[in-house]
Amino acid sequence: MQKVTREALIEKAASLLANGTVTSVLAWKKGEFDYDITPALFTGEEEMHAELVWNDFCGANLSKYLVAKTKKAEGKILVFLKSCDTYSFNQLLTEHRFDREKVYAVGIPCCGMADIDKVKAISGDGIASIECAEKIKVSTIYSEGAAEMDLNDVLLERCESCKSKKHVAYDELMGEEGEILDSHRFDEVERLEAMTPDERFAFWQEELSKCIRCNACRNVCPACTCEVCVFNNPASGVESKAPVNDFEEKMFHIIRAFHVAGRCTDCGECSRVCPQNIPLHLLNRKFIKDMNECYGEYQAGETVGQRAPLVDYTLDDLEAGEVFERGGDNA
Amino acid sequence: MQVKEFKPLIVAFCCNWCSYAGADLAGNNRADYPADVKIIRLPCSCRVNPMFILKAFQKGADGVILCGCLPGDCHYTSGNYYTRRRMAMLFSMLDFLGIERERTRVEWVSAAEGAKFAATMNDFVATVKALGENKRLEDLRCKK
Ligand code: SF4
Ligand code: SF4
Ligand code: FES
Repeated sequence: MQKVTREALIEKAASLLANGTVTSVLAWKKGEFDYDITPALFTGEEEMHAELVWNDFCGANLSKYLVAKTKKAEGKILVFLKSCDTYSFNQLLTEHRFDREKVYAVGIPCCGMADIDKVKAISGDGIASIECAEKIKVSTIYSEGAAEMDLNDVLLERCESCKSKKHVAYDELMGEEGEILDSHRFDEVERLEAMTPDERFAFWQEELSKCIRCNACRNVCPACTCEVCVFNNPASGVESKAPVNDFEEKMFHIIRAFHVAGRCTDCGECSRVCPQNIPLHLLNRKFIKDMNECYGEYQAGETVGQRAPLVDYTLDDLEAGEVFERGGDNA
Repeated sequence: MQVKEFKPLIVAFCCNWCSYAGADLAGNNRADYPADVKIIRLPCSCRVNPMFILKAFQKGADGVILCGCLPGDCHYTSGNYYTRRRMAMLFSMLDFLGIERERTRVEWVSAAEGAKFAATMNDFVATVKALGENKRLEDLRCKK
């Protein structure tokens, strides 16, 4: 269960709407099912009472939506941000993707978000309804009664390895200030690094071959905000289409991860939305880990105006060959 | 039976001001290096974006080497410093995906280093030759 209630969010938003601080509210509402909670823009209190959702399935990071929404909005937009979302928020500001003056950011504490696949592993398929209280109660079209589970047993991978409960940007914070956590987010990258190249190749071949190029990972990514993406270039030969072979699979994923290297805040949205459950965050984390080790610790989005490692250099940086040697040899 | 000798196809991206001139000098000095090294001239090493490297492999390269001016000598002041970081990260990622790390290389070669250019290419060709054909980043549609 989340610490701050849905009602408290609505109350906060309603009062800011009423006193004219903001003219609209970016939050979440139910999608097709109880578990696909999607971003939504509200302009009135009644609407919010009817539709706004805040529960254990609000994994969606709202910061990227500010890019499009602030362009159209007349007044300020209130946006609710979990701690991880605030990093993306700062990163977007660093890249001048929206006008800070047009946003009123409210930080909300987060107790982690649920992974629907883990939920289904307990409840079974065919989910009819989900209720989030002390426990998560899930009923399916096949079952009598509801399956109950603890949020902590079904957390998204990114929440299990949450890097920070601290909000790094807000105008107002609901609840208490959290802390930067000592997460073990690079463990899985290290496990892969310790493998032989053949094993790594087999691992990625299998994972990436599942990709259907739905582009969900790119579209949801708060770092991928290019108005015209390389993968939409008709001359590229790979414009919005399914990969025809493993070369195209690898190319898409290498390029996507490279384009966000140094700018990726590790918000984990890519892996959350992938319908094929490809662990995309591992590619991003590999870049983050390498950059930390070679160019000094760097957390994208920690503050506004930072200079990312790949748009910077020092005179005595490691050579490409030395970067390999640093990790020991698994060749 | 005669086994056809494997001759790796190497793509060498060379910046116009140093490495390409270095290659030129290697030619003038009649320094030997395999004809299967295909040079692509660029204004600066930092013109290379990751797509170039992948495309080279797609189109049949067995190894890709990127050459630029010595650090400090880039004709656009700092281009090769950015290249150094980018390629270090990209090549490390290729390695992470299980693609042989010996297939990629960055080397700084000045315009005066014709002999170094030839030696670098000979060494790189030998390394890639020992690895065999590029299978892990190939695109069968591009095979002739
Ligand atoms: S979300 Fe998954 S299936 Fe879709 S393009 Fe990205 S990796 Fe491929
Ligand atoms: S994949 Fe690259 S070009 Fe496309 S939106 Fe992301 S960062 Fe931009
Ligand atoms: S001009 Fe040679 S590396 Fe920049």
